[in-house]
Amino acid sequence: MITFSDVTFAYTDEDHPTLRRVNLSIDEGELCLVIGQTGSGKTTLLRAINGLVPHFTGGHLSGEVTVAGRSTREFPPRELADVVGVVGQNPAASFVTDTVEDELAYTMENLAIAPTVMRRRVEDALDLLGLHELRDRPLSTLSGGQQQRVAIGAVLTASPRVLVLDEPTSALDPAAAEEVLSSLTRLVHDVGMTVVLAEHRLERVIHFADRVVLVPGRGEHLVVGSTAEIMATSPVVPPIVELARLAEWSPVPLTVRDARRLAEPLRRRVATAPRPAPSGRVEHRDRPVATVERLLVTYGDVIALGQVDLAFSPGEVVAVMGRNGSGKSTLLTQLAGVRAPTGGRVRILDQSPVDLPPRRLIRLVGMVPQDAGVLLYGESVDDECSTADRETGLVPGTTAAMLDAVLPGLPPDHHPRDLSEGQRLALALAIVLAPRPPVVLLDEPTRGLDYPSKERLVATLRKLSADGVCVVLATHDVELVAQVATRAVVLAEGEVVSDGVAREVVCHSPVFAPQVAKVLSPEPWLTVDEVRTALATGADRG
Amino acid sequence: MAGAASRTTNPLLLALIAAVAAFVVSARRTSAPWSRSLVVFFRLGVVVILVRVVIQIVFGNRLPGHVLFTLPQVPLPSWAAGVSIGGPVTAEAIIQAAVDGLRLAVVLICFGAANSLASPYRLLRCLPAVLYEAGVAVTVSLAFAPEVVMAIAGVRDARRLRGRPTRGIAGLRGMAIPVLESALDRSLQLASSMDARGYGRRVTVTRATRRIAGASTTTGLLLVVAGVYGILDSGSLPAGGVPFLAIGALLVALGMAASGRRTNRTRYRPDPWATPEWIVTASGAVVVASLVAASMLGIHGLQLQVYPLAFPALPLLPAAGILVGLVPAVAAPAPRRPTSPRMGGTVPALAPPAIEVGQGTVA
Repeated sequence: MITFSDVTFAYTDEDHPTLRRVNLSIDEGELCLVIGQTGSGKTTLLRAINGLVPHFTGGHLSGEVTVAGRSTREFPPRELADVVGVVGQNPAASFVTDTVEDELAYTMENLAIAPTVMRRRVEDALDLLGLHELRDRPLSTLSGGQQQRVAIGAVLTASPRVLVLDEPTSALDPAAAEEVLSSLTRLVHDVGMTVVLAEHRLERVIHFADRVVLVPGRGEHLVVGSTAEIMATSPVVPPIVELARLAEWSPVPLTVRDARRLAEPLRRRVATAPRPAPSGRVEHRDRPVATVERLLVTYGDVIALGQVDLAFSPGEVVAVMGRNGSGKSTLLTQLAGVRAPTGGRVRILDQSPVDLPPRRLIRLVGMVPQDAGVLLYGESVDDECSTADRETGLVPGTTAAMLDAVLPGLPPDHHPRDLSEGQRLALALAIVLAPRPPVVLLDEPTRGLDYPSKERLVATLRKLSADGVCVVLATHDVELVAQVATRAVVLAEGEVVSDGVAREVVCHSPVFAPQVAKVLSPEPWLTVDEVRTALATGADRG
Repeated sequence: MAGAASRTTNPLLLALIAAVAAFVVSARRTSAPWSRSLVVFFRLGVVVILVRVVIQIVFGNRLPGHVLFTLPQVPLPSWAAGVSIGGPVTAEAIIQAAVDGLRLAVVLICFGAANSLASPYRLLRCLPAVLYEAGVAVTVSLAFAPEVVMAIAGVRDARRLRGRPTRGIAGLRGMAIPVLESALDRSLQLASSMDARGYGRRVTVTRATRRIAGASTTTGLLLVVAGVYGILDSGSLPAGGVPFLAIGALLVALGMAASGRRTNRTRYRPDPWATPEWIVTASGAVVVASLVAASMLGIHGLQLQVYPLAFPALPLLPAAGILVGLVPAVAAPAPRRPTSPRMGGTVPALAPPAIEVGQGTVA
């Protein structure tokens, strides 16, 4: 269906090719997962399938990419629109029209498909993706998961034979991600569509994939193989595979179901080990660093947060979880003093953040928004650090030192836009942390992060917590919550539905439970590291 | 309505036009994001009036009459003879300026009304095939405005998080670049998305067809512009502009028919043009016609007289004509509720915008 023969590609201003001598063929009806670290060339590989690389991006491509017998050399992306559908990382940015139905019809209009056929296919797509209730809604009012499904539907209506998706679930909560992925498997199984998918959160997609393409980056050769083969050797693996490696299971299980069958002996072994200690310090419970009292925020007639009462203590790592649109980001922007509340009050160390002038605000509370890049406007990493020092009145070099602690070895002369997602996050985090605010807020910090960057983030957050800083995370990433959070707050429709020790909250929720907890339940272990320690101490005793 | 507004300076008539526009909007708007834009346009209108008055006070030419107060006069070199700074300010001058400003404000409000009823995208779908690409350019840029507003909000928040000023000159300067950057990013993404989704696929046509089409469209458009100018500015063209408009329109239609064959695309559920649409169009035409007729018949009160200073009278014929503009509030089909299931192929509140914008371009 898709063949890459001897494809080498380099962007115009780069010396090293992003893809080097790629030979790959993907068969019809296959669900192929593309994995690799950020900046390794996954997106480039995907965009080469419909010719956006190089027709749209520039750069030099040698060799040939053919899709359904058409070479991207001769056919520009628009002429491939009837065989390849591409859904980008940010669905909202790809919308051309303004309502759901029009968006679904747009590609077909361009392909000059007869109106009666269009009408039928739009109805089919609405049903297939469960969008029929949203058909007249303006696209800007949809939640992330809904937007993602519309974006998929919009390319599906042209009935392409290949569907290419770049991180389709990175912005979605676990339930919405499940929804999108199950629609995809339905397409593969019922319609025989070929799907190529890039994703960082392997734990979500791995069991759907027939084959995995590992893009090692720096122009090295691709590694292609069946899911089990790649998982046995890959440097990037989901927690379930890590657990399997620890417990030496063979063959490597990919689903929670398979793993549970193999996990019986492991469960018995860890049951005897001492329970994991309740992590995090709780001694300052009586002196909270930040509080929200009867906080009410409305946008128009939509209630984003309704009468929320919460208190945050020093040294806590609080994970705020919940569906897309449940009010997580709103809570964070309120704490950060970006917007004034509609009712109730927010207090950080007895001051109202929204009334503070910006300079005093950042010494009280620091926030890294979802897209960390928006905090960065400097010309280079160095420039960014020195500007931050000057503006906040810090000793010159403070921010640079902080950056060194968060992520050493960042090239000082690079433009922030040329950094990888993880590097940008580190830089933004360093800038926010430099004035040493007692409260740090992070909105979806792991979106688009690969495993190594995530590890570093986890280490930084643990250190902050140990220093007595209160960290509040809004996140969908249950694995991150399992690794760092001491407390979890679940929001639904602007209200707090559960608030408690992270371990208990996530273990008791089928949606938010991390993979390890699902495999080992009822034993309360959340991460592979905890199991490793448990086994080690168990072995010591034995 | 905007066309009508540009023909009168009577503040009562102008206010009536604005009220009619606002009523139609409130009766037939949807819950879509763009339907809130009327308020913005009203505010803009107020700003326009204020600016116009201030300019008149400071720079305007000195009309004789009741002197309210006198500003210190700045002597200007002889080449700036038409302009003066400072000097005596008369009540007449201020009123004239305010009404001028009001006229512009009402034109703006009419645009705002059209904008809040019509999705720019739906409007695009009413365009003939040949204008499709020009239409895309227009809609993309229209959609751009709210994006920029959102980008500005985002950048403001980000600056606050970095402890940077969000107000004043320094704030403004620091925000311009990130806003532009994000806007550029967004347009690149949009372009690649449109390309990947088959935008711009073409069928080949002969060169001769293409030339004929191009020539007749251009000539036709020029004639239309001349005709419209003739109609709005009574007395500049001897024939009154109507013949120009007719010939021009014919040529444009021919040109479109010829080049429409070039783009090969279909429409998804095109909006039908039925009786309600005709009624709406006609009611808009009546508004313009009543004012044109009134000025031809020489009815007094269309133009505001500042000498002597008096409260303006309300001329009956134009006022009645403007009230016809209320018809769309009833005649236009009610907007669909966003989540309700659609019954058959009925049209939502598209009709009024089609006419409003048509007049808007005339203005």
